[in-house]
Amino acid sequence: MSEWESVIGLEIHAQLATTSKIFSGASTAFGAEPNTQACAVDLGLPGVLPVLNRGVVEMAIRFGVAIDADIDHRSIFARKNYFYPDLPKGYQISQYEHPIVGRGHVSITLDDGATMEIGVTRAHLEEDAGKSVHDRFAEQSGIDLNRAGTPLLEIVSEPDMRSAKQAVAYARKIHSLVRYLEICDGNMQEGSFRCDANVSIRRRGESELGTRTELKNINSFRFLERAINHEIERQIDLLEDGGAVVQETRLYDADRDETRSMRSKEEANDYRYFPDPDLLPVAITDDDIERVRASLPELPEQKKTRFVDTLGLSADNAEVLTANRDTALYFEAALEAQPELAAPIANWVLGDLAGALNKAGIEIGDSPISPARLAGLVARIADDTISGKIAKEVFEAIWQGEGDADAIIEARGLKQITDSGAIEALIDAVIADNPEQVEQFRAGKEKVLGFFVGQVMKQSQGKANPGQVNALLRDKLKA
Amino acid sequence: MSLKPDDVRNIAQLARLHIDEAVIDEYAADLSSILELVEQMNRVDTSDVAPLSNPLDATQRLRDDSVSESDERDKFQAIAPDVADGLYRVPKVIE
Amino acid sequence: MARGVGDILQGLESGEFSSVEITQDYLERIERLNPSLNCFISVTGEIALEQARAADAARAAGEAGPLCGVPLAHKDLFCTDGVRTSCGSRMLDNFIAPYDATVIAQCKRDGAVMLGKTNMDEFAMGSSNENSYYGPVANPWDPARVPGGSSGGSAAAVAAGLTPAATGTDTGGSIRQPAALCGVTGIKPTYGRVSRYGMVAFASSLDQGGPLAHSAADCARLLQTMAGFDQRDSTSADTALPDFSAGLDGGLAGRRIGLPKEYFAEGLDARLGDVIQQAIDELQQMGAELVEISLANIDLSIPVYYVIAMAEASSNLSRYDGVRFGHRCDDPADLEDLYKRSRWEGFGAEVKRRIMIGTYALSAGYYDAYYLKAQQLRRLIKQDFQQAFTRVDYILAPVTPETAFEIGAKANDPVSMYLQDIYTISLNLAGLPGISLPAGFVDGLPVGMQLIGNYFDESGLLAAAHAYQQVTDWHLREPGS
Repeated sequence: MSEWESVIGLEIHAQLATTSKIFSGASTAFGAEPNTQACAVDLGLPGVLPVLNRGVVEMAIRFGVAIDADIDHRSIFARKNYFYPDLPKGYQISQYEHPIVGRGHVSITLDDGATMEIGVTRAHLEEDAGKSVHDRFAEQSGIDLNRAGTPLLEIVSEPDMRSAKQAVAYARKIHSLVRYLEICDGNMQEGSFRCDANVSIRRRGESELGTRTELKNINSFRFLERAINHEIERQIDLLEDGGAVVQETRLYDADRDETRSMRSKEEANDYRYFPDPDLLPVAITDDDIERVRASLPELPEQKKTRFVDTLGLSADNAEVLTANRDTALYFEAALEAQPELAAPIANWVLGDLAGALNKAGIEIGDSPISPARLAGLVARIADDTISGKIAKEVFEAIWQGEGDADAIIEARGLKQITDSGAIEALIDAVIADNPEQVEQFRAGKEKVLGFFVGQVMKQSQGKANPGQVNALLRDKLKA
Repeated sequence: MSLKPDDVRNIAQLARLHIDEAVIDEYAADLSSILELVEQMNRVDTSDVAPLSNPLDATQRLRDDSVSESDERDKFQAIAPDVADGLYRVPKVIE
Repeated sequence: MARGVGDILQGLESGEFSSVEITQDYLERIERLNPSLNCFISVTGEIALEQARAADAARAAGEAGPLCGVPLAHKDLFCTDGVRTSCGSRMLDNFIAPYDATVIAQCKRDGAVMLGKTNMDEFAMGSSNENSYYGPVANPWDPARVPGGSSGGSAAAVAAGLTPAATGTDTGGSIRQPAALCGVTGIKPTYGRVSRYGMVAFASSLDQGGPLAHSAADCARLLQTMAGFDQRDSTSADTALPDFSAGLDGGLAGRRIGLPKEYFAEGLDARLGDVIQQAIDELQQMGAELVEISLANIDLSIPVYYVIAMAEASSNLSRYDGVRFGHRCDDPADLEDLYKRSRWEGFGAEVKRRIMIGTYALSAGYYDAYYLKAQQLRRLIKQDFQQAFTRVDYILAPVTPETAFEIGAKANDPVSMYLQDIYTISLNLAGLPGISLPAGFVDGLPVGMQLIGNYFDESGLLAAAHAYQQVTDWHLREPGS
């Protein structure tokens, strides 16, 4: 165990899934031609004014209610003043004092199954900036303001995490939550869900926090873990060599797998926050909060409890099924087709399907096997139409797009033989062909039974019901 | 409160103003006299007074989440100092 | 000539003249007199005649709006689609606004004709109109003197008969003070009454648009068009819009007028004091009851106002960075150079002073002492007014401490210029409406009187001013006659 302890807090920017921007009626759709979705308000033209989007406020309340946070009844927007070309007004409208969502918490599950509470300090609303394009022109940068004014919920955690793994578990938890709440599409590649990590280290047992650095530009959970681990190592090396950590912003470079200082000469920021005089305090009543609470979808924790209590799933399976909203939705869709088969469906979703998806690098939402087809396959196992072994062949065929389970079983003639007459005939033939083994069995060598089962199954091309084969064989051999 | 030339340089940097060295003293004097006027405020104890940022003490009205604006890029960029390929251009930004 | 809006509407309705004819008259007068007065930054003759023709056609078709065919001038900080909107600044000398301010759109809706855009202190920062990139405006009563500011071009244009009425904006007195110094009537409505959308911001929590005209009755007509709830302005008040013209005959009998003792103590020129006293006597004869009141914190209005206005302005003016519109310096070496030189070259001295003070007041370590302190005092000032309005219907005050001063007289002393606003700025801090109307003369220069009303009581203010103008003729005097 290292003598160093790392202390990690995350700032997560979740783009809220509204159709229009936070303060203007321009579209938030991703991928439009540069500056075609930047209206007069987004461009900060002289004379324009912001008007707050109701959807943004409701989404923030949803999040707040879901993490059991205090919702401010009088939330204030403030201006954060700084100059940057992708910031059209020379200030970002954000929140400083009185953020809409105050203190809350989420619980994460660690690898060993233990759970851990992570505090959420606050979550506030703000507008996103535009984008700078550096590779288009030789001497100049290009500015695209389509993204300017896209609503963001910035979720700030307490420095409660002690390892990169915990940080990733927390980030995944928030990611899952915003997807469940349908307030963010969670697309990390397109930048809809961005994580900045504040990392510091201290000697174990110390209570003072060390100097922290802020890691930016991380667009996957894998990179988040790597970037944090790199930074922890870098800081340990620094301190062990007698150096000091400088408070700075560092960019993660995924290609080189390293972090580097963002500016050699970091200018002391003085953002001159003050309440935005163009916007008034947002009044949120208890009724508003209760209305949002009543409209919340079932959240992961509730789902998990229901899966265990009413569906009889194991706690482990319930945990994994609900960790990701799409997995839960898939499972529930399959369950709708076969309501009695919760446990075997869960096993197939988390087993063969998860394995195949993982191998192919496909998200469950894009699975080539629909929930209904997976349920159909599981049903055929349950009613003894096919064996578990044949089922794997059928699964593969559904994956390849050959149709649903029934069609494939029919086309390939995979229906299990359950007619005992047919099985008896096969058994008789095998017994007749292997007198030596029959003798061994009758002499007390029980293991030989496996040989006979194998032979019968082989003769049946795997279609005989193994349980039936087993029972009938015993009878015949003893006779 | 009297501002020194360095204070003026710092403020000008925050406000992104390329202040000429030749006028720094003049600005320092003007700004100091304004600050002197402003310091009259200290006469009144306001420790128990809530700040008032909007004269009507009203609350924010909300807009429905719908798209009301269409693409006016050509019109907006006709008045821009330097555009190409639909992008506003500035000297290279180094991150 | 000096026809008012009411006279013109009558002439248009009776067929005495067409909108094209009256518009041509004004354009000719502008062409003749503007070179010496410098009231207009842009004269939009072609647009005016086109709008006049459309107005004549609409009237002929029986579709005349309330201001159909009436020529107007707009302060050059209302964005006008396709027309330069300079704000009196080099920064926006090349800025052709790509959209209409709500006020402009409503003037168009009601059939008004735009003669041009009027001169102003740069970004509305000033009390003399000397801070304009386009040069000072001459006061029609004495061309060596200032017209007041920041809506100096609008006030002088109305006084000189270059337009029957004009739009203006008032952040700390910018409608009322030039109205007083030019001998015209101007009203600053309650904050939130007139949409700020498209009205280039100086200080967002103080700015308010309003009309300048020859009479309270004309102000009522123009305010009717300018005012109203606007979805695009979060600070716009969603309250019923009264019929201001219909409310004009409310009279003054039995109304209680408060006289703040702090306003009549010191600092007011004695000869102006005499003029105001005569007006007070007149009001009393008209049946008003006079009550002495106190506005205890009013003397702090100036420092409070300047901290808030400059802080908001420093942020509001950050968007002028040479990237998307406005002035850009030649050959920027890098991004910082682009920002700093574009802004240094684009803004005038007073604007830069205010940006710097505002930046300082918001900066780390000073916020509480300056900005927060000012916002706390702002509440006390508002409470003083609220308390007074439990006892009175109106508050009467001077508008300016002196008559129009000579151009250049205060140019090198920003603080003494700020002190010109002593009687006007407290209203903006409180968000209250106030009207400035001619009350007499000192040495041939107009003196204004100010009536302050309770929230959203523009009707009451206009009615009081109208009643006074029914028994006096100060507002009918013309320069040079």
